[in-house]
Amino acid sequence: MKSLADLQAIRAKTLENINMRKDDNAARVVIGMATCGIAAGARPVMLAFMEEIKKRNLQHVTVSQTGCIGMCRYEPMLDVILPGQEKVTYIHVKPEMVPRIVSEHIVNGHPVEEYTIGAAKD
Amino acid sequence: MRDLSLHLLDLAQNSITAGASLVTIRMELDDQGLLTMTLKDDGKGMSPELLARVTSPFATTRTTRKVGLGIPLMKENAEKAGGSFSLESEEGRGTTLTASMDTHHIDCLPMGDLSGTLLSLMLTNPLRPDFLFEGRTPLGEASFDTREVRAALGSDIPLNEPAVAEWLKQALEEEINPIFGGA
Repeated sequence: MKSLADLQAIRAKTLENINMRKDDNAARVVIGMATCGIAAGARPVMLAFMEEIKKRNLQHVTVSQTGCIGMCRYEPMLDVILPGQEKVTYIHVKPEMVPRIVSEHIVNGHPVEEYTIGAAKD
Repeated sequence: MRDLSLHLLDLAQNSITAGASLVTIRMELDDQGLLTMTLKDDGKGMSPELLARVTSPFATTRTTRKVGLGIPLMKENAEKAGGSFSLESEEGRGTTLTASMDTHHIDCLPMGDLSGTLLSLMLTNPLRPDFLFEGRTPLGEASFDTREVRAALGSDIPLNEPAVAEWLKQALEEEINPIFGGA
């Protein structure tokens, strides 16, 4: 059973990490989670990112949400923004695509071109 | 929307946009099979005029375009499954949304991944608002309160810290899945 007491230990560990991270430029993942994004499957994608970040113990990635940007037919959509670089927009994202986006793009800096909006055919 | 938990994820966003500091989610399944979802917030509320037209797909607070489908889709899904939909709101006090469905009705949506929805809400809103979940089914009761989590964790640590997120995921699944099932 998970108990609230676990959180005290998590607090002690986490505080160090937060202080280490403060002045860093974090990579950002921004997921479209309006009605259209949610209906298309954004929730499992978001949870897959959290899972992957935890698995790889990445300290410099933040995941956040945004609303509808008007291209509902491409949902689930997300942007990956690395510090100092232009944002890259991924479309029709499925949870299975998340490990590749994390390892190739966020960790190694090479966008997964075939998943991006630039590769869209319609 | 494929299931009720996705509706909840979508509709709770309205409470967050309304500046709520506490979002209360109740999910109750009675002995007759009637499922009632209540979403209550202490956000800025709606004027009687907005409240009257908000179930129309052509009402939205967005400024970039003219459609908002979250509420009308929920209303349709509740009513076509032998249930009802209602909204109460008072400016400055908050809004309460209630949707019910007959789970024996052939058009009733499945629940879906309720603990996943609650986790998503907490991880994408790591600092505020707080979420209170209360659930009851013939199988038992469940409750989860992020105010308790923050009291133990310290309010300076966001809920989307990976170690906290993992704790939340497991705690939510343990609490909720035994009575609502996991998708």
